[in-house]
Amino acid sequence: MYEFNYQKAGSADDAASAVSSAEDGRFLAGGMTLIPTLKQRLAQPSDLVDLAGLGDLVGIEDGGNSVTIKAMTRHVDVANSDVVKSKIPALASLADNIGDPQVRNRGTIGGSLANNDPAADYPAAVLGLNAIVITNQREIAAEDYFDGMFTTALEEGELITAVRFPVPDKAAYKKFPNPASRYALVGVMVAQTDGETRVAVTGAGQDGVFRAGDIESALSGNWSAEAAKGVTMSDDGLNSDIHASAEYRAHLISVMASRAVDAAG
Amino acid sequence: MTGTGIGASIKRVEDQRFLTGNGSYTDDINRPGQAFAWILRSPHAHATINSVDTSGAEATPGVIAVLTGADMAADGVGGLPCGWQIHNKDGSPMAEPAHPPLAVSKVRYVGDQVAIVIAETRDVARDAAELIEVDYGLLPAVVDMDSALADGTLVHDDVPNNRCFDWEIGEKDTVDAAFADAQHVVSIDLVNNRLIPNAMEPRAAIAEFDRSTGQYTLHTTTQNPHVIRLLMGAFVLQIPEHKLRIVAPDVGGGFGSKIFHYAEEAILTWAAAKVHVPIKWTAERSESFATDAHGRDHETHAELALDADGNFLGLRVETKANVGSYLSTFGSSVPTYLYATLLAGVYTTPAIYAEVQTVFTNTAPVDAYRGAGRPECTYLLERLVTKAARQLGMDPAELRKQNMIQSDQYPYQTPVALQYDCGDTPASFESALKVADYLGFEKRRAAAEKTGKLRGIGISTYVEACGIAPSAVAGALGARAGLYESAQVRVHPTGSVTVYTGTHNHGQGHETTFAQLVSESFGIPADQVEISHGDTDQVQFGMGTYGSRSLAVGGPAILKACNKVIDKAKKIAAHIMEADVSDIEFADGKFTVAGTDKEMAFGEVSLAAYVPHNYPIEEIEPGLDENAFYDPLNFSFPGGAHICEVEVDPETGNVEIINFTAVDDVGRVVNPMIVEGQVHGGLAQGVGQALLEGCVYDDDGQLLTGSYMDYTMPRADNLPSFSVATQSVMGASNPLEVKGVGEVGAIGSPPAVVNAILDALAGLGVEDISMPATPQRVWQTIQDSSVRQAAE
Repeated sequence: MYEFNYQKAGSADDAASAVSSAEDGRFLAGGMTLIPTLKQRLAQPSDLVDLAGLGDLVGIEDGGNSVTIKAMTRHVDVANSDVVKSKIPALASLADNIGDPQVRNRGTIGGSLANNDPAADYPAAVLGLNAIVITNQREIAAEDYFDGMFTTALEEGELITAVRFPVPDKAAYKKFPNPASRYALVGVMVAQTDGETRVAVTGAGQDGVFRAGDIESALSGNWSAEAAKGVTMSDDGLNSDIHASAEYRAHLISVMASRAVDAAG
Repeated sequence: MTGTGIGASIKRVEDQRFLTGNGSYTDDINRPGQAFAWILRSPHAHATINSVDTSGAEATPGVIAVLTGADMAADGVGGLPCGWQIHNKDGSPMAEPAHPPLAVSKVRYVGDQVAIVIAETRDVARDAAELIEVDYGLLPAVVDMDSALADGTLVHDDVPNNRCFDWEIGEKDTVDAAFADAQHVVSIDLVNNRLIPNAMEPRAAIAEFDRSTGQYTLHTTTQNPHVIRLLMGAFVLQIPEHKLRIVAPDVGGGFGSKIFHYAEEAILTWAAAKVHVPIKWTAERSESFATDAHGRDHETHAELALDADGNFLGLRVETKANVGSYLSTFGSSVPTYLYATLLAGVYTTPAIYAEVQTVFTNTAPVDAYRGAGRPECTYLLERLVTKAARQLGMDPAELRKQNMIQSDQYPYQTPVALQYDCGDTPASFESALKVADYLGFEKRRAAAEKTGKLRGIGISTYVEACGIAPSAVAGALGARAGLYESAQVRVHPTGSVTVYTGTHNHGQGHETTFAQLVSESFGIPADQVEISHGDTDQVQFGMGTYGSRSLAVGGPAILKACNKVIDKAKKIAAHIMEADVSDIEFADGKFTVAGTDKEMAFGEVSLAAYVPHNYPIEEIEPGLDENAFYDPLNFSFPGGAHICEVEVDPETGNVEIINFTAVDDVGRVVNPMIVEGQVHGGLAQGVGQALLEGCVYDDDGQLLTGSYMDYTMPRADNLPSFSVATQSVMGASNPLEVKGVGEVGAIGSPPAVVNAILDALAGLGVEDISMPATPQRVWQTIQDSSVRQAAE
């Protein structure tokens, strides 16, 4: 990696101002994407501002009809949280299947969402469960947060502090992993919350996570695996690479959605 | 009895240091004052080098030297040699274009070495390398073999049509006649997918030059230190062997990829004498993907002729093999003598003819990878025979049995040069069919169908040739080296033993297995035996470890040396016990005088040898330290039967291996636990080739599978709990009666997996699928199947 200045933040506000005042500052959360990127010399930030150890950014709060997960909470802690397991088991299960044990013990929800990898799992949860991304400056609706692959609504120096998930009536996440990387080739979160049906797809779209409107419509009238499977997804705008053609990804969206509906009950 | 001799499943002694992080790998070694190297590599698959400006790099603080191909050429450094000369059909030798360690006028694949930067730290070296300005003249790249053969673009200007050689084996006329008489002809077109080896430890090296003595030392990640000394010393750098020491310390896996003499070894050793500080280089994982020699990469058309009853009459094979951008050390032998000489397989096919063209392309060099030629051959035969059974409406097990070499036909002379010394494939096959419950399969298929899964069963019966190699035979076929092995058995005064072997342990468990040989021979516990290997200054000579040769060729050398020790010790014992040497018997670690109660322990005799107070000094020299060389009579021929059962999820194309049965004939088993582990590892790699692994270059020669994000290695959850057994006929070509086990898993298993998938999909009208059978490929094959197409 190239040389950079390492700074350790004393608080979320300190961290935000340190990044803002640096020539090309970056927040360092779990580092599960950023560190490999640096090691490959694919990024050359002037400053890394380490968020590790900021107590006000860690923890899970039960808000009754919502669950708030602070940004530096690790995947393993989401997976093992009694609150998440009882209120939104689909989210606990999603977290439990991110990457491998090493990643789950380092990676954080805030880091994943700020990075917005088009094949990451959490974006499907945030969009499918209609969560609110909370930053040091504002609250951003899921709909407004994702802005294409590796791009978000976050402004320079804006730091995710937490994510608030409404508790769904039912939800489940199913992913078909890329055989090599084990990222989602296609991952689908299906949810019913206050009568609204949402189907969010990660891994497949050229612009990152998106809602599968056709499947949402089919499920709204008929919440069944068959209804989801019956939808023929268009392959317009889907990724095509050595692991999966756009056509195969389109097909997998329906299959994973139907399996998720089965799992959600 | 020691309980640690041949046949004991003792734990691997080397694992203590490996599992506790105490191994000493090349990158763990640091030399005083060492500098670090970064190799600047070509980002282009094919380009002329118009100029290289190193001034910016040289001016970087901390940089010691920047050297290029022009510097190397100016010093008269030679090219990297190929160890096996193949001849064309017309008798002319193969094309052997120059292989400069640092590219001179042209780069020929992404990763080709362009310059070396030597600096005080690794980061400085890498930073400085980014400042080297290379003016490349881009050329079109040839990546696939058909274009390479047809295209006007030449990888090497002096090799027309990019053809390295056009070779044949067998009798064409006899085969043509067999086909003329045939009732059935079954043909197949196959790709044997290109693989990237992925040893856990990346390649690394530390080169040193001592100005005061003129001595060079190279620590390197090699499977055969003496071969590197020979090749690099004699052919590349002209350093005499007494001035060149090669050390291969602990090496973290090779699978063939660390056999070859790599450019970095020569570059570092050459540069060390210029800068007068030790230079260390360790490959990054990305460099391993791009520049470790790749494996396989064949395209084959084959035809099998059968009579009306399904008896094999003849086999005709046309293969194109990719050798990559340069001929690697054994790149020419893998698709020829390690491949086509096995085309009889386990069958009595009376007439066989094969033609092999090898092709240069703008890709990494291709060379031996676990199995080396034999997996390609086995895949071809076992896919073809299974296809023949389907075409003739026969059970694939029955068609195999009908054409199989029977146990009383050994030694069996094949039509393609090899003579199989011994074996009993029908017996291993029967065992495997029983263990796999072959006859009960249709019930399991029906049960799977109820859960929406397509279940299939696939068979592979195979034989391979290893224990490389009888030197005279190998020499007659073009090998430029003898392939015997040596051992030195040094008994210490109090009876413990150090064995110096020319083979190299990089995961195989030699330190345990070889100690068991000595334990058996001397009747002493295996923990009294140390196995030393890897240092050319310690070990007399050796050809290293590959081709499942270590136990089959290195083992008998140890046994011979042990026997020499026992012969000498008997003379010493006879003197001390005042008996005639012909009356001395040796068993269970004791020398006894026949018919008396006189005895001496092994350690007492060894002490007498080194502390000769009462010693026949006029007749026998003190000491108990013997050398032996062993050259095998023939290759050894492990074989057996693999049966795989899969379930395909037709909705996603995902394949799950439900059961895998392997019954292998590996000859005598020294350590059953190590043998089982070797089979497991080989099967994992075979499953990797069948389902997961595939190297992909794009049309411009860029490596698309250059990291674990895109290259799929087998992981534990891809594999079933293997059902593994050995059923052995004792080997006939070496005194240990061993055959070799390192490669059988990777050789036998891929066709079993693919045949199982094809069996699962047969109901859909699917007849072919390529490796790796990834979910996408399986799903697409189902979509394109005749049954699905008819339904739409």
